[in-house]
Amino acid sequence: MSILGFLIPLALLMGLVGLGAFFWAMKSGQFEDLDGAANRILIEEEDEEDQR
Amino acid sequence: MNAPTPDLTTSDTCIDSRFTVPGMRCAGCIGKVERGLSVVPGVAAARVNFSAKRVAVSHAPELTEDAIIEELRKLGFEAERAADNPLGRDDAETKRLLRALAVAGFGMMNIMLLSVSVWAGADAVTREMFHWISALIAIPVIAYAGRPFFSSALMALRYRRTNMDVPISIGVLLATGLSLYETIVGGVHAYFDGAVMLLFFLLAGRVLDAMMRSRARSGIASLLGRMGRGAHVVQPDGSTQYMEAERLAPGMVMLVAAGEALAADGEIVDGRTNVDSSMLTGESDPRPAAVGDTIHAGMINLGNPVRVKVTAAAQDTALADIARLMDEAGQSRSRYVRIADKASRIYAPAVHSLAFLSFCGWMLAGAGVYHSLTIAVAVLIITCPCALGLAVPAAQVVASGALMKRGLLIKDGSALERLAEVDEALFDKTGTLTLGEPRPVDLAPLDPRARSVALALAQGSRHPLSRGLAHALREAGTEPAPLDDLAETAGMGMTARYDGQDVALVRPEVETAGLAVDLLIGGERTRMAFADPLRPDVRETIAALDAQGVRSGIASGDRVEAVDAVAATLGIPATGGMKPADKLDMLGARVEEGHKVLMVGDGLNDGPALAGAHVSIAPGGASDVSQQAADAVFVGERFMPVALAIRVARATMGIVRQNFAMAAVYNMFAVPLAIFGFVTPLIAAVAMSASSLVVVGNSLRLARAAGREDAA
Repeated sequence: MSILGFLIPLALLMGLVGLGAFFWAMKSGQFEDLDGAANRILIEEEDEEDQR
Repeated sequence: MNAPTPDLTTSDTCIDSRFTVPGMRCAGCIGKVERGLSVVPGVAAARVNFSAKRVAVSHAPELTEDAIIEELRKLGFEAERAADNPLGRDDAETKRLLRALAVAGFGMMNIMLLSVSVWAGADAVTREMFHWISALIAIPVIAYAGRPFFSSALMALRYRRTNMDVPISIGVLLATGLSLYETIVGGVHAYFDGAVMLLFFLLAGRVLDAMMRSRARSGIASLLGRMGRGAHVVQPDGSTQYMEAERLAPGMVMLVAAGEALAADGEIVDGRTNVDSSMLTGESDPRPAAVGDTIHAGMINLGNPVRVKVTAAAQDTALADIARLMDEAGQSRSRYVRIADKASRIYAPAVHSLAFLSFCGWMLAGAGVYHSLTIAVAVLIITCPCALGLAVPAAQVVASGALMKRGLLIKDGSALERLAEVDEALFDKTGTLTLGEPRPVDLAPLDPRARSVALALAQGSRHPLSRGLAHALREAGTEPAPLDDLAETAGMGMTARYDGQDVALVRPEVETAGLAVDLLIGGERTRMAFADPLRPDVRETIAALDAQGVRSGIASGDRVEAVDAVAATLGIPATGGMKPADKLDMLGARVEEGHKVLMVGDGLNDGPALAGAHVSIAPGGASDVSQQAADAVFVGERFMPVALAIRVARATMGIVRQNFAMAAVYNMFAVPLAIFGFVTPLIAAVAMSASSLVVVGNSLRLARAAGREDAA
């Protein structure tokens, strides 16, 4: 049973990491422009002016 | 927004401006706008938000916003400066709910992990430890994720009302409190998982509801902004400067270009033109205006650039009266009670008395306070109001998503509920039944060569007549001819050379009755008259409404003869020459007769009626005021979305009623189990998720139904 002492904190930690990642993503505007992100992959980059 | 800012060579004091660019439709447009703007001197960075159809430009203060709009126009995109989104407050609300949902999801998963081991038969010591860990996770999670419900329930109780959130809050708090007690005394049953899961499902419903609202509102916000929100004011040195409408003061001189709306009332001091007052009065024919004439805020300059001396601004304009009427009219709308709240008025007392009765019953049977309380909590948990909290928004989100694809943006779920009840429709004429833009009456006099020349000339200008002509020609499949030396003379027209001949698109030299332009090719002159045509599918729409039992009528501010002519073609009753207050009175009379009226209108003069009607729709070309007052906005030239909206709204309410029925059946089986004490946390968890999945699944059927209509 002592494995639980390791596994439960690990499960909680992983959950918290996921939660933190989601909060970060929301705060940094990752969800601001979902359609745009899908379309941007189709833009051909020009090497000399690396505009995104 | 989160783009890496390229290093700036000019200065590091950059200002940010935002523009709406409705014309961006593909990946190529994103690249074109961003690359095109970034090479403009003074622009540090440009970042497109494709979903919102906006571009954020970080630029040096020397570069004016007008210059950037001009640059965008050179790139081939019409742009407007974006004001602070008047509907943007919802965004913060959505984010708050999303965070709460994420926290509840985290808590639910971890607690469920522990609960499953307990249900699987963990021995006493392990069970106690797991209960303690569950409590440690659940209490902060409930405190955080439950806030939206607790605060709303408190608010309702403070005004001595109940809403959905009161039974939810009581259920969650009681379950948590009891489970905590159970944990402390080392009992068998803890409901932490049930309480957190309840919050998770209900939050999912709230998030869906909020996302629907903010999606539609950002769509509408990108349509706003064409109306006179500001003006170019002539400075003493002869230059012009852009000023917001609020900062305009009597005595200033505004330069109003063709196609611009006036931001304040004023008197023309220089130039002569035609003004379109359809937004303000509903009148469809443009009327000439010359030096000395007074023109009002909200009118659109169709002809030549004019200078207008401001006589009244902001609160004193003719618009302000309409705004006052709207405020009063809008108050009746707020009395509408949403279906979920209506249901919870019956549901909450029923559930609470059931729980209380089972508590009393078990007490009388001599079960003891603790055991009776456990039963009461089980009743509260098992009657989870998921059908109300999750099923209604799920159905409405699916419906509004389907409608959005068909060009109708619904602002919130309550609008869908009200749309379903409509039995009468009133339409404004100009801009609603008609396109609200001048279009050439007849393209037949032009041969293919003349058409392509005309298109090439027209698409170079922003003048309303040019735009109407270009649009009509493109519809007819015309390709523009290659022209040389294309030039625009303000107030005159477009000139160019084609095939060694002088070609021009100019206003007629003689005064004409309506709007007209002359196309010159060599020495040959062709006159084209312009009119504001009916939308292409008005007749079909009215027939479709009729089939759904919705009677149509016209309420217009235009001249009686003009209105009667349209009414006769469509075969529906009409009233013309109405003032904003008359329209409101007409609505009032209909309500007295017991009708629920849908108002469709675009002009400022429709504003009070839009705000006062049971439910209202505005076209995408409507004034900002109307779009904000209306419950929904349809885009494009077709009128059919109006009829479609009612059909989908009724289908949605059908699904919602089914969901309620299913919830009732579920409760009929589950509640007796709970009352007689057979419900354990395991059964509660299974029953709750199963009932939620069933109602959500049922709501999703709506997407299929809407998809079928697509094919039809």
